[in-house]
Amino acid sequence: MKLYKCSLTELKNMIEEKRVKLQDIHESISYRTTHTDPIIKAYVNKNETYNIDELDQNNYKDTYLKGLPIAIKDNISIEEIKTTCSSKMLEEYVPPYNATVVEKIKEAGGIITGKTNMDEYAMGSSTENSAFFPTVNPWGKNRVPGGSSGGSAAAVAAGMVPVSLGSDTGGSIRQPASFCGVVGLKPTYGAVSRYGLVAFASSLDQIGPLARNVEDIALMMNVITGRDEKDSTCVNRDYPDFTEYLKNDVKDMKIGIPDQYFDIDFDQEVRESVLNAVEKLKKAGAKIERVSLTGAEYALAAYYIIATAEASSNLARYDGVRYGLRAEGADNLKKMFTETRQQGFGEEVKRRIMLGTYVLSSGYYDDFYLKAQKVRTLIKNDFDQLFTDYDLILSPTTPTTAFKIGEKRDPLKMYAADIFTVPVNIAGIPAISVPCGFDQKGLPIGLQLMGAHFKEEKLIQAAFSLEKILNLDIKYPALK
Amino acid sequence: MDNKYETIIGLEVHTQLDTKSKIFCSCSTEFGSEPNTNTCPVCLGLPGTLPVLNKKAVDYLIITGLALNCEIAFYSKFDRKNYFYPDLPKAYQISQFDLPLAKNGYIKVETEEGIHRIGITRIHLEEDAGKLIHEGSIDQSSGSLVDYNRTGVPLAEIVSEPDIRTPEQAREYLNYLKKTLEYLKVSDCNMEEGSLRCDANISLRLHGNKKFGTKVELKNMNSFKAIEKALAYEQKRQRKMLENDKKIVQETRTWDENKSKTISMRGKEEANDYRYFPEPDLVPLEIDEKWKKDIEERLPELPAVKRKRFIDEYNLPEYDADVITDSRDLADLFENSVSEYKDAKVVSNWIMGEFLRLINEEKTAIEDTKITGQLLAKMLKMIDQDIISSKIAKTVFEEMFYTGKDPEEIVKEKGLKQISDQGELESLVEKIIDENPSVIDDIKNGKDKAVGYLVGQVMKETKGKANPQMVNKMFKEKIK
Repeated sequence: MKLYKCSLTELKNMIEEKRVKLQDIHESISYRTTHTDPIIKAYVNKNETYNIDELDQNNYKDTYLKGLPIAIKDNISIEEIKTTCSSKMLEEYVPPYNATVVEKIKEAGGIITGKTNMDEYAMGSSTENSAFFPTVNPWGKNRVPGGSSGGSAAAVAAGMVPVSLGSDTGGSIRQPASFCGVVGLKPTYGAVSRYGLVAFASSLDQIGPLARNVEDIALMMNVITGRDEKDSTCVNRDYPDFTEYLKNDVKDMKIGIPDQYFDIDFDQEVRESVLNAVEKLKKAGAKIERVSLTGAEYALAAYYIIATAEASSNLARYDGVRYGLRAEGADNLKKMFTETRQQGFGEEVKRRIMLGTYVLSSGYYDDFYLKAQKVRTLIKNDFDQLFTDYDLILSPTTPTTAFKIGEKRDPLKMYAADIFTVPVNIAGIPAISVPCGFDQKGLPIGLQLMGAHFKEEKLIQAAFSLEKILNLDIKYPALK
Repeated sequence: MDNKYETIIGLEVHTQLDTKSKIFCSCSTEFGSEPNTNTCPVCLGLPGTLPVLNKKAVDYLIITGLALNCEIAFYSKFDRKNYFYPDLPKAYQISQFDLPLAKNGYIKVETEEGIHRIGITRIHLEEDAGKLIHEGSIDQSSGSLVDYNRTGVPLAEIVSEPDIRTPEQAREYLNYLKKTLEYLKVSDCNMEEGSLRCDANISLRLHGNKKFGTKVELKNMNSFKAIEKALAYEQKRQRKMLENDKKIVQETRTWDENKSKTISMRGKEEANDYRYFPEPDLVPLEIDEKWKKDIEERLPELPAVKRKRFIDEYNLPEYDADVITDSRDLADLFENSVSEYKDAKVVSNWIMGEFLRLINEEKTAIEDTKITGQLLAKMLKMIDQDIISSKIAKTVFEEMFYTGKDPEEIVKEKGLKQISDQGELESLVEKIIDENPSVIDDIKNGKDKAVGYLVGQVMKETKGKANPQMVNKMFKEKIK
């Protein structure tokens, strides 16, 4: 058995039962990465601060993660390791501090393998917006892995690492998880500290795990959730042991299927695959009903106003004064600012900064930003209302399977790819994407389950059941 | 002055709140540290960092609001004010826009024209920016250096209603404000160190007009005197323009201290669009009744009330009450002393005389001196008990001022005890009479004042320790 193919849970058990050496696991992972990453290009930077030969598994004996490997999206700060956000602006930037999730992983005995590629500043749905190189979907080498956490999804799918962390502002964990045939969870806003996550849209960003099965997601959620004094928006509450919810099934769970979501014109194969999974859930005892929910198109419109508005402010600090890129040769302050930003940011980032600046400008604020906030409140209330009756809401994760690299040149078409995932961020609720089948091209299809605030355990419970029921053979794409 | 026009002035005061740590991180707020030593990833605005509100700054703002008769908002929030400048690390300032912590207050100031009520529109909390430093002058310097020590120091912005009618009222308003803030111990209001800054809006209108004229904003005044001068200059300039049928332009003008005039800085068109929007990294601020009440209970007696009470309760002359209540520390010293030594006027004389003389000579803050009200009272009692003379008391007082030692101990150590021994004094008196026959003749011829000279000789002999009353009496008895 190849160790890199094992899940985090399997590896953890094997170590606990002394059936494997930690070094062998890292050797296998490293070997796999050396041979695979030149094709996939999931990593932006490897973690060079540790040496496999010097790893001592005794040091991790009493830890939760036992020294097992984890990949981290390159917008999460790690002390002394470059955090580039896949942007020229931060190509050489090394943070002097650790993100809270990184601290938590270190405390839990996880070893960070490296930083994964992404759309620049998490803006995009294909990882093509990386300033360095696009990442390739392990299921088809002319296909995008999705985005913005494309590197994190691809690394897990390709067996370069059992689990990874991504960030999700409008679907950036779930969409690439769906495209790459892995599981991805976006926690409730406020469940995981954002301290150290380079902000794209502060009121929507949330860090979450990607893995090859639901069990590993539960394990990672045990590590990363929890209050943080450094993040005021992080909620002070107790979290259950999420792995406890892997024992239950979907029997008697009430799941709503929103008409408005299925009225959207989306890929027929995706539709069939999702509905097939719905049937199987029914057979397993879930109570599934059609429900009415505010159209996702409103959420999409509100999203691209709120997210860009916050981004325009969050990204204003990259001015060349203190860190990151500074344009050379500017002979005055204004030139230094503008030329730095012109050279440092890619096209999509600039587009969103301009959009965001516009919607906040005096005279436009009320029509755009304020209105979007009102829509946000309505959508949130709508979800809250539905969750008084239903445990979960089900939809496809994405309207299509992974598209081709270079296929979507029109940004609006790219934005439309977020239609099913964006409402979740707007409402601040948790959602998980689980593989539910393949299309005829052999590309994975994802199903999304949405839950009420801080009900991640229900997502995990249902997703785990679904995984068992479907029993898909998706562990590894055949890399060609 | 021509009374055709009425002057309308409004003031915006920024004052640093004297908290130990910054408003959104735990860095020290100390003034004068090595540049960029009081900084951390948060106040430097490094990617991924988040603000956490310092509750002490909120306390300070609430107590300021209460002292200035404001309503305290039970619900307020923070907003981002976006603009680019090298001293602003995040390229936005966290401030409060539409929901300030305190509003609708007022103060009453007294000028020669009587008592005038000046409304306070609002007081809000925000963070300070850093400081640019230039070698030589800004024009000669080859570049700019930035010191971020000040970044994130809490500021209260106090905005007055356009209720001020004369430059003199403006000065009185500022005096009142400064005194109040000092009483509350929330700010040291040191304009030189930049802990208090003031901008002014000024416009003119014909008497009786309801509509305001076009206003001009004045900046860069570095003292209360400069503010008064700048306003007076601007009042004159605008009047002249209006009298010559010229239009006032809405603009920002800067005060040039050397030339004693205001100079146009930028017009309305060049004004920034700050694109305010709610700060997503902080949760809204809710002040419950208990929080407010706790602070209300800590509200000290304010200067005007104290002044009146000192006049009523201690029979102090108005002048004395003015001087003594000018600072809370001075007033406390006075009251602590009076609680143990009943003659308030004597205490007041010592404080206004010796104490303030030493304060001015040493250029030290009242709170930094070692003397206490108890020590002063004890010393005054010693005078009454003829243990020391008033003259010696000055020496004792000075010693107490510097060392905080007990007056009894000082007298003992330095051998300053008054000589009241009849025999000892008598021999001295006789000696002086023998040495000054001509003075004795003068006295016998009716020049009574010359007795003073003789007493002085005895004091000189005894280095001031002789009991002057006794000596005086002896001379008078002996030269008859």
